Amino acid sequence: MKNTLSSRRFILMGIFITVGIIYIIRLLFLQVFDDSYAQLANRNALRFVTQYPARGLIYDRKGELLVYNELVYDLMVIPRQVKNLDTALLCKLVGIDKEQFLTRMKKAVNYSSYAPSSFEKQISKEDFGPIQEKLYMFPGFYAQSRTLRYYPHAVASHVLGYVGEVNENMIKKNPYYKKGDYIGMSGMEKFYEEILRGEKGSKITLVDVHNREKGSFQDGKYDTASIAGHNLYSSIDLQLQLYAEKIMANKRGSIVAIEPSTGEILCFVSAPFYDPNMLVGRVRGNNYMKLLNDISKPLFNRALMAEYPPGSIFKVAQAMIALDMGVVYPDTGFPCDRSLVGCHNHPMASNVRDAIKMSCNPYFYRLYQRIIQQKDPSTQKIESKYGLSIWDDAMYKLGFGKKLGIDLPDSKSGFIPDTSYYNRYYKGGGWNFFTIYSNSIGQGEVGVIPLQMANFAAIVANRGWYITPHLVKYFGDENLKKRNTQYVKKNYSMIPQEYWDIAVEGMWGVVHEAGGTARRARIDDIAVCGKTGTAQNIGADHSVFICFAPKDNPKIAISVYVENAAGGGGTWAAPIASLLCEKYIRGEVLRKDMEETYINAAPCQTLPLRRYIQKSESD
Amino acid sequence: MERRERGLLENIDWSTILIYLTLVLIGWISIYSAVYDEAHKSIFDLDARYGKQLVWIGISFLIALFILVIDPKFFSQTSYLWYGVFIVMLLAVLVVGSETKGAKSWFGVGDFGIQPSEFAKATTALALAKILSGIDVDMKNMKTKFAAITIVAIPMLLVLLQNDTGSALVFLIFVLVLFREGLSLSVLIFGVVMAILFVLSLLINPYVLIGILFAITIAIWLLYRKRKLSIWLCLGLFVVAAGVVLSVEYVYDNALESHQKDRIEVLLGQKSDPKGVEYNVNQSKIAIGSGGLFGKGFLKGTQTKYNFVPEQDTDFIFCTIGEEWGFVGSVFVIGLYLSLMIRLIRMAERQRSKFSRIYGYCVTSILFAHFTINIGMTIGLLPVIGIPLPYISYGGSSLMAFTLLLFIFIRQDASRMDLV
Repeated sequence: MKNTLSSRRFILMGIFITVGIIYIIRLLFLQVFDDSYAQLANRNALRFVTQYPARGLIYDRKGELLVYNELVYDLMVIPRQVKNLDTALLCKLVGIDKEQFLTRMKKAVNYSSYAPSSFEKQISKEDFGPIQEKLYMFPGFYAQSRTLRYYPHAVASHVLGYVGEVNENMIKKNPYYKKGDYIGMSGMEKFYEEILRGEKGSKITLVDVHNREKGSFQDGKYDTASIAGHNLYSSIDLQLQLYAEKIMANKRGSIVAIEPSTGEILCFVSAPFYDPNMLVGRVRGNNYMKLLNDISKPLFNRALMAEYPPGSIFKVAQAMIALDMGVVYPDTGFPCDRSLVGCHNHPMASNVRDAIKMSCNPYFYRLYQRIIQQKDPSTQKIESKYGLSIWDDAMYKLGFGKKLGIDLPDSKSGFIPDTSYYNRYYKGGGWNFFTIYSNSIGQGEVGVIPLQMANFAAIVANRGWYITPHLVKYFGDENLKKRNTQYVKKNYSMIPQEYWDIAVEGMWGVVHEAGGTARRARIDDIAVCGKTGTAQNIGADHSVFICFAPKDNPKIAISVYVENAAGGGGTWAAPIASLLCEKYIRGEVLRKDMEETYINAAPCQTLPLRRYIQKSESD
Repeated sequence: MERRERGLLENIDWSTILIYLTLVLIGWISIYSAVYDEAHKSIFDLDARYGKQLVWIGISFLIALFILVIDPKFFSQTSYLWYGVFIVMLLAVLVVGSETKGAKSWFGVGDFGIQPSEFAKATTALALAKILSGIDVDMKNMKTKFAAITIVAIPMLLVLLQNDTGSALVFLIFVLVLFREGLSLSVLIFGVVMAILFVLSLLINPYVLIGILFAITIAIWLLYRKRKLSIWLCLGLFVVAAGVVLSVEYVYDNALESHQKDRIEVLLGQKSDPKGVEYNVNQSKIAIGSGGLFGKGFLKGTQTKYNFVPEQDTDFIFCTIGEEWGFVGSVFVIGLYLSLMIRLIRMAERQRSKFSRIYGYCVTSILFAHFTINIGMTIGLLPVIGIPLPYISYGGSSLMAFTLLLFIFIRQDASRMDLV
């Protein structure tokens, strides 16, 4: 009996060994045959942290900082790790109430209990101090640093643009971007995104179950450093830009100033504008909606997007084309026949120069007629279509009716009607000079954006050529600037310089001679050449003026638009342009009374805005 | 007589002590690795758990030494006393104990706590050995069975009342001792069959299962009817089995708590919840599985070091071993336990005193229960039942109790040549 019971030890040993063998087999499968667990362990413990590069800075032409980066903090939360939370204290530090706290937590939980979501975004360094101090008291919360754009002078909103978080579409289009990344949304920030952004890097760190970093993985062997973005050295002259914005602060319209010899844009204003700092950080969402819904459309970039009828300024271009085509001669005169088209009181223009100076409408009616009513060499018949096509080509060469190619996104091309347009418009081709003569004086179908106007002023200043207007001169770092070679080519009008000299003389007369329409633009010791325009519109006319100065060796070419300001180009736009010329060339404005008058003036009629904007935007 | 004169040191089973010391050392190093903390780099730092464990190890060694020098008869003579004392302690802890992780099983003493249930296993072993070593004891006798079951059931129920289901389950392992002492094999088989039926009835529709059982019954009867197997016996067993199957659902729904049901369902693959109930087991399997053949190396385990595995220094300490020492290290530890248990069985069998033998089997069985449940849990073969891995898991009560348990037997064994 004893022996039989004693032999039961073998059964027990058998049980022990069986369990042991089962466990060893199980371990063999877990540890040796199946390597998926190793990957899972890596996924647990390795965190791929994106290293955000510093975005490139933007300077003005004299090295003044226009945009820089500032460190801010996102307060992140991993809901599952939140415990023993002193809700009241956290709310007080972040500056929210309990209800907001609950909604945010709920949102975070809905996203994921285990993954971080941002609880409060873009807390400034100053505000973050007290939170940082107490952060240890809030398990589950941690901070992530980011950089935001700041604009020390709060200028040039439409030039610089703004930066925002990428949306789904952008991520789909370009897989470089991941959720939460920033991207340039408009202006130079958008156009030069790839230069400004730099390259993201990646750092692999070991993390524990609470997502706390525990050091780098294999001493950073697999880390890649981020590459900081390149700086932009822009052509903007901060002082001139500030001055232009000061003048336009209570007006609507635009100012574009170009250095004729280089095509560099010196100042670029679309009024109303906004403080670019409004579209940064936490306040951005609200401010954006506010700006979007503002009846005066501050987000709308008039200098690039608003196609205005060019008005009388167009006459200079018409004269150049007509001279070049040989349909008029420099001393060709036409009587001021007001039965053709209305005009103001002035002596008869007996040559092209005086016609420009006096801006005689009937003169240009006749001149345009000669341009359009050409004998078609194939049929030997007078054919408006033939004339129009020659005129179109000449206009394109002057930078009208096409996108100039400025280094800003979303530019309009303006509009120069061609034969196919009129064929469509007048069904069956029932059109000729007499249906389109309004073009002659810059009304009718033609549309021009302010940038093209400034560019045209630069063409006249250069006597026949332009370099595409642009904003960025150099990229790179302080020590290693790289020239922006996109904008060095001269575009020739193919119109001889002697004709341009006539335009220059005419425009000089506009400002300096009796009978000129822009006497208010005169500066005592600087020879300004200009041309006024009055673009008819819904509501009061737009006051338009282009000019360049000095007459010889010009330093600046400007177009000024003041919307719905009764009184014509000479009343508002011309003196404003003149002030800018003086400011830029002299460095200061001596005509203090005049300066004060135009800074304080608010000539823009308010009524028809909504309709106007809708029209402009739908063009 | 000659051997006895050669003294205690000659008779002590040194290979068992060597295994014991190895396990304790592995435990200490694994705890160091599991809760390693930059601020407390020294393994002797008393602010960290590895430092505290060193204190427990020291106290345990003193206990072992104390046991080795006192008269071996002391324990057989005072078994009932100790048993009684710890029954009182188990009752007391229900009243004044502190609660940890849902179980009210601790006496708090300053920073340290004492868990009477750990010691109750040893005292129950003593009492069971004592009662079964009586002169006219026979396992076939109903009275003996009743007495033995009572001795085990009282502390087991009290531990169950503490809500420490894991520790209570360990008491069931005494059935192995009873089996060695003459309990019918059919009881063991019955137990195993019941366990299989329990699992099956959770996996399969009970009525389908009953149908299958009926088919098996008929098949067995058809095969063995020439050997005069009674159809009534077969049908009787079938009815019992069917009753078990039908009652499982009720028991399962009413007797078990939801977290226990969750753990079982996760194990059986009926429930998937990787972030919740399944989390522990998943992370534990990831830790062990990522160790590979040779492991990631000492202090290099990311899973355990960075706290992905909960309870990594106590119930889930085996993860640290699996992750940092790999398959080789895991097999080594399993090998140590198997050697220890087999060694203890052989030692038990060489006892002349019935008390010593039965007590030896108790020790072996308790170790076996902890070994099986703990490692089975970490490698995902058994549901999560929180009991420590003997000598390795962090914890003073556990280490002291298991040291006490083992060294009482080593002391008995050392004087096995004495007159009974």
